[in-house]
Amino acid sequence: MMEGSLILRTAARFLMPLLLTFSIFMLLRGHDQPGGGFIAGLIAAMAFALYVFAFDVPTTRRILRVDPRGMLGWGLLIAALSGVISAMLGQPFFTSQWWPIQLPVLGELKLSTPLFFDIGVYLVVLGTVMTIVLTLAEAEE
Amino acid sequence: MVSVALPILIPLVAGALSLAFWQSQIAQRWIAVIGTGLLLASTVYLLLQVQHEGFVVMHMGDWQGPFGIVLVADVLGAIMAVLAGITGFAVAIYSLGSMGDGHERFGYYPLLHLLLAGVCGAFLTGDIFNLYVWVEVLLVASFGLLILGGERAQMEGAIKYVALNLVSSLLLLTGVGLVYGMAGTLNMADLAYKFSQVEDTGMITVVAMLFLVSFAIKAAAFPLFFWLPASYHTPPVAVSALFAGLLTKVGVYALFRVFTLLFTQDVGLTHTIILWGAGFTMLTGVLGAAAQFEFRRILSFHIVSQIGYMIMGLALYTPLALIGGVFYIMHHIIVKANLFLVSGVAYILRGSYELKQLGGLYKSSPVLAMLFLVPAMSLAGMPPLSGFFAKFIIVRAAIEAESYWIVGVALLVGLLTLFSMVKIWTEAFWKPTPEGVAIIELPGMRRAMLYGPIMGMALMTLVIGLYAQPIYDLAEQSATQLMDPSLYIEAVLGDPASGLSPSERLIHDAAQAGEAAAGNGAAINGAAGNGMEGEAP
Repeated sequence: MMEGSLILRTAARFLMPLLLTFSIFMLLRGHDQPGGGFIAGLIAAMAFALYVFAFDVPTTRRILRVDPRGMLGWGLLIAALSGVISAMLGQPFFTSQWWPIQLPVLGELKLSTPLFFDIGVYLVVLGTVMTIVLTLAEAEE
Repeated sequence: MVSVALPILIPLVAGALSLAFWQSQIAQRWIAVIGTGLLLASTVYLLLQVQHEGFVVMHMGDWQGPFGIVLVADVLGAIMAVLAGITGFAVAIYSLGSMGDGHERFGYYPLLHLLLAGVCGAFLTGDIFNLYVWVEVLLVASFGLLILGGERAQMEGAIKYVALNLVSSLLLLTGVGLVYGMAGTLNMADLAYKFSQVEDTGMITVVAMLFLVSFAIKAAAFPLFFWLPASYHTPPVAVSALFAGLLTKVGVYALFRVFTLLFTQDVGLTHTIILWGAGFTMLTGVLGAAAQFEFRRILSFHIVSQIGYMIMGLALYTPLALIGGVFYIMHHIIVKANLFLVSGVAYILRGSYELKQLGGLYKSSPVLAMLFLVPAMSLAGMPPLSGFFAKFIIVRAAIEAESYWIVGVALLVGLLTLFSMVKIWTEAFWKPTPEGVAIIELPGMRRAMLYGPIMGMALMTLVIGLYAQPIYDLAEQSATQLMDPSLYIEAVLGDPASGLSPSERLIHDAAQAGEAAAGNGAAINGAAGNGMEGEAP
């Protein structure tokens, strides 16, 4: 693949942590306000896709650390199991369970099964997009 | 209650796990066998529960129907789920011995689980839009499975398959949209209730035609069946068997569901159209098969012709005919998947699916020959095998309904089916091995993986034939529920005798419960009440 320009590479280094932080922010605010696992997963995928363009596929795979297909599987598993928790409590599948906790500085964190579901979706979206992007980029090489 | 969601959840989790273990084929193989085995166990449990306790209903996420999504298992749905479990388990074991290394590495097992999740979801959902979603899930998985391996013939078949199925999905989605516009609900029980209250049913029949065309394409009924014989002989044989057993039957199931529950306003029109479709489907399928000389193509055309018998049961719309239709589905899924599995073994032993290249199988593997004969003769309707009783019930129902021409077609098609099966028998099994064709021996372990599922399913065919009464009772139970939609409505939404529509009653109950949300509930109650006045006859 073609080497990205110096500007793009420098920008990618700065944008990557910003985008990833923003994606976590979007993931956590999801269930009450605009956001959620899907859009957050896309933003995270954007960060890595930018990295592919600026650098190359092996480098991106290295900083991604895990195989995107495996990520897809684990995400799907987390999302499916978040629905099972309520069944273990004797309620229908996917009934929301809420365990809000108070954090000292950050305020209230709403731990809940919808959050786990969103995390699952996040991983599925990130895994899917990265599988597609990396496969296409490799095919081009 | 939880049992109704397990047949969807188990393959979903199994699929996710096999994706997570993408690198390890051994892990994926274990997950495939254990996952489909658990699926089979859960569906059998569900069927027993439905048989003894009646409908099993679950409101997902504790959002009550008709607003939330419900999963509903009646006897028909549970039977279909069990059949999906049987086929899935058999194919998973068979895959261990037949699937090439390249196929396994490119996601065969995750797609297999995803397909089963979609199929079971379609059988167990009580929501018409959700039905569409599950059909899409299984279609996406089937697209992937169909092109696994990426050979030229597969691409050619896949294009026809994908194109026709997308058209069908589009029609289905249009129909769902129109239904929602008319009735303001997607819950099938609520829809059935609201449709039964409408006096002017012209528009409903129009929408029913959209559903008919859409599901008929998916069921490969005449005239839009040609995607099936164009594509089913191209993928690896385990995939063919899975498709042959389950995919078209989702269409048939959906036809049974909507044309007994929702669209029964103008039976004289809709079900007559279905009956003509059934007759032509039988005839064109079997004639197409007669002209073929490739093992799997012959079987593919026979799927089409057999679909005709099933929807003939629906079209006659008498209790006996529905029993026959359901019995036929049970018999057919097992027999047809099994025949494809046999064709796969023949391919492994001789290296071809062409009847010209095959031969001598009776001499070299007599066990396989016997295992072919059971499902093949059952398909043709020889007593005492399962196909005989299936055909017998349906033909008897047709005579009782005095539709003599369809009786004639059904009997003629049975004869021609026998001709096709005998053709395969003489060419592939009896004829001496053609010169220059290498004979391949199977190692013991692989042999067990291939023959095990075939033997199991052949045994089931025998049992259904020799011990038909319990199966008949099961079909009768499902037909009783299908003929009386009020049972379904009551199971999902409660007793409609209180004079309120299901959605009104739900809000009424919520308001009476005196919860913190009582004020909101009353407000909604008022709004919904106003909405209902416009529709009240």
